[in-house]
Amino acid sequence: MHWGPIVRWSDDLGRTWTEEDRAALAFPADTEVSLARIWQLAPGGNDEPDVVYAGVEPAALFRSEDGGRSFSLVRALWDHPHRGSWQPGGGGLCLHTVLVHPDDPERLLVAVSAAGVYLSNDGGGSWRASNAGIVATFLPGSPTPEFGQCVHKVARDAGDPERLYLQHHDGIYRSDDGGGSWAPMASIAGVDFGFPVVAHPTRPDTAYLFPLQGAEYRCNPDGRCVVWRTSDAGASWSALTDGLPQADAHLTVLRDAFSTDGDDPAGLYFGTRSGEVYASADDGDSWQLLAAHLPPVLSVRAAPVA
Amino acid sequence: MEIRVRVPTALRQTVGGRSVLAFDLVDGATVDALLDAVAAAHPALERRIRDEQGALRPHVNVFVGDEDVRSLDGSGTVLQPDDEVSIVAAISGG
Repeated sequence: MHWGPIVRWSDDLGRTWTEEDRAALAFPADTEVSLARIWQLAPGGNDEPDVVYAGVEPAALFRSEDGGRSFSLVRALWDHPHRGSWQPGGGGLCLHTVLVHPDDPERLLVAVSAAGVYLSNDGGGSWRASNAGIVATFLPGSPTPEFGQCVHKVARDAGDPERLYLQHHDGIYRSDDGGGSWAPMASIAGVDFGFPVVAHPTRPDTAYLFPLQGAEYRCNPDGRCVVWRTSDAGASWSALTDGLPQADAHLTVLRDAFSTDGDDPAGLYFGTRSGEVYASADDGDSWQLLAAHLPPVLSVRAAPVA
Repeated sequence: MEIRVRVPTALRQTVGGRSVLAFDLVDGATVDALLDAVAAAHPALERRIRDEQGALRPHVNVFVGDEDVRSLDGSGTVLQPDDEVSIVAAISGG
């Protein structure tokens, strides 16, 4: 924290890490802005092995074409006329989600707290806000503005790349048109606040949420740690509790602290602000505690190592 | 004039493990000029002290002798021959 954000890269699954001599990621001088945090590193399209996107705070998108050794600011989003009106969420004004369309790497989705979803169809050359249908009850004016929604995370369905799941500040949504418009999913017992959303890596219509009681109390409700799963694209939800503490558990899972591993059945992994990591090897049907007494868990990622 | 820079333990990895660096600067050089020289020789050290716009990072203190440059003229503080400059992580919390 003292020394500023730094990008390091590894090509041996994390055994060793390399930092470039010159800063890999920095705002150009003319922006008069300094990098506060890197929130997201995301690979480019399937045919772009050297492309890496970075979402940062203050909210901006960077692109690398050399595997993360150097990044350039995506100017069209930085110069977007909305940007001066974006307001920070509780975590700061951050670009925290980057999704590249699996069939067309020119189609990008980013999400900013608290500005909402922006789409590009030309590899980042132009951007438009795309928040139609997302209700922002916390705003004083129109509850459905063009932008200003506090989107917390977006995940893409395994079967239909046009289908997306979205965890908003106080609602859960689905898009069936690549993020062009959004509709509410069935409420989870009225508890629709949360940070992460995870799509099953191989099974269509299947996604996971970790609801929190609400903006005023950002822990799972009633002391019960519950992951919720839909198998019908958000029409209904099932509580997954086997192996998770069901009494006196007051846990928070942040937006990048819940992830999957690409397997079928899916491995699922989440970490808590109180330093626990839980894992499931069976699509979430059962869970076990992998680690405890860690510092606050900000991000969990899984990769096959053998 | 030669100016010596003391590198804190946490940053010695960026300078091959050394604890003290020496820079030859023109008389009247400022802390900014010193940090420019640091950037030329050891960019990974300099960017931990200043951000990409050249501002001292908020939780990093630069001392000239016993004085925090923020209580002097900031990074515009003029250095004197034989000054010793220390890079110090601020005590942030606790």
